[in-house]
Amino acid sequence: MMKRADGDAIVVEHLRVVRGKREVLPDLSVTVPTGQVVGLLGPSGGGKSTLMRAIVGVQQVRSGEVTVLGEPAGSPGLRHRVGYVTQAPSVYADLSVRHNLRYFAAVLGAAGGAVDRAIDAVDLTSHADAPVRTLSGGQRSRVSLAAALVGDPELLVLDEPTVGLDPVLRRDLWELFRRLAHNEGRTLLVSSHVMDEATRCDRLLLLREGEVFSDSTLPELLERTGAADAEQAFLALVDRAAGRQSSSPSTTSGDAS
Amino acid sequence: MSPRITLATAARVLRQLRADPRTIALMLVVPCVLIGLLAWIYDGTPVFDSIGAALLGVFPFVVMFIVTSVATLRERTSGTLERLLTTPLGKGDFMIGYALAFGAMAVVQALLATGFAVWVCGLDVAGPTWLLVVVAVGDALLGTALGLLVSGFASTEFQAVQFMPALVLPQFLLCGLLVSRDNLPSLLGPISDVLPLSYAVDAMRTITAVPEPLGDIASDLAIIAGAIVVALALGSLTLRRRTA
Repeated sequence: MMKRADGDAIVVEHLRVVRGKREVLPDLSVTVPTGQVVGLLGPSGGGKSTLMRAIVGVQQVRSGEVTVLGEPAGSPGLRHRVGYVTQAPSVYADLSVRHNLRYFAAVLGAAGGAVDRAIDAVDLTSHADAPVRTLSGGQRSRVSLAAALVGDPELLVLDEPTVGLDPVLRRDLWELFRRLAHNEGRTLLVSSHVMDEATRCDRLLLLREGEVFSDSTLPELLERTGAADAEQAFLALVDRAAGRQSSSPSTTSGDAS
Repeated sequence: MSPRITLATAARVLRQLRADPRTIALMLVVPCVLIGLLAWIYDGTPVFDSIGAALLGVFPFVVMFIVTSVATLRERTSGTLERLLTTPLGKGDFMIGYALAFGAMAVVQALLATGFAVWVCGLDVAGPTWLLVVVAVGDALLGTALGLLVSGFASTEFQAVQFMPALVLPQFLLCGLLVSRDNLPSLLGPISDVLPLSYAVDAMRTITAVPEPLGDIASDLAIIAGAIVVALALGSLTLRRRTA
């Protein structure tokens, strides 16, 4: 049932989002293909979180259309098909890992066994009965991830899920993401401001100051820029864009996440 | 809304409360201590009999108001509310789930406080004692519902706690406990009439004074129930799936 026909899991057309007085996304159009791990990379404050919030339907948008799994973003029908993990772990610190997941499983109508599978997937079985409050930052973000996995979503939107994790855990999580996409047919949109995570993604979206200025695979990106790695490719594109529009007024930058 | 999600939410809130035994102890013990203190202050006078029952209605209201507004604010600031609102959880599931969980706590609190007032402090009640418990639970639910509502207007826990004096103390001053509602100055009478706590205190007073009070307090209970529903409905409007 998880395997979907090829197509686009997310279609964003002319999305415009204003937060406060700042135009975070002026006019953004992008598509995310089904069944792939797509990395959303770019500096902090570039609009990554805002785009993700618009995709899961919690962001007020000024104009434009966001279609997710064939339905408008935020539709009631999508609420058990899309899993969203915010940057800060959003779980109950005073409950154990297992009780957190049991609650989210009940809310999402998950099947029996889903709780244990999700705990296992994020490698927290040995901490299943520990209160989340007593866990490390990295463990807490894995609980938060498990709370989304427990609902068996077709699309996972993960906002910086690997921040603050050690290299081994980061590798394990990226392997999990790839498994979820390639073996189970799910779509993952994963943001990061660490460019070396680009090598783990099937496709890369580079976002800066609210604009997607690259949408390709990593080999395509390297070929186009002649750079050795994603970070240099990113910098080359930034320089190129700066050179091209040096006279145009730059968008005000600030801290939005 | 779905009963499964509502009950799961109530169970989760209770489990969180259970992880915090000190809060439970404070919720259950503080009303008894205050009632005991009051009975002691007015020892040998008829004052305790006239205001003791009314206070039984005020304590659960205040305690539940504070606990709920802080608990809900925590959901908002920790991001769990935003996560829940991306799931099939309905706003009603959230509101009723909280009301059920704190309502259950309120039943325990009301039983303890009422039992303590009647059997330990010798509160003289003309009507049936169980009606005191019913009104106390209604007050607790009212406190929960208002707490859910105001947490939508607080962005820090400091603000949430400040809503207690702002919203609860005026009701306390005007509910007829200090000055009988009939004797309030002209402008304050109508204000007292629209504050829900006034009806709780009226009902408590009637129960202590009248042997068969059910007929007299039915309208008070209906008004309290109406206020709970209105506060829950307004509170659910503060839960937005989409935010700026």
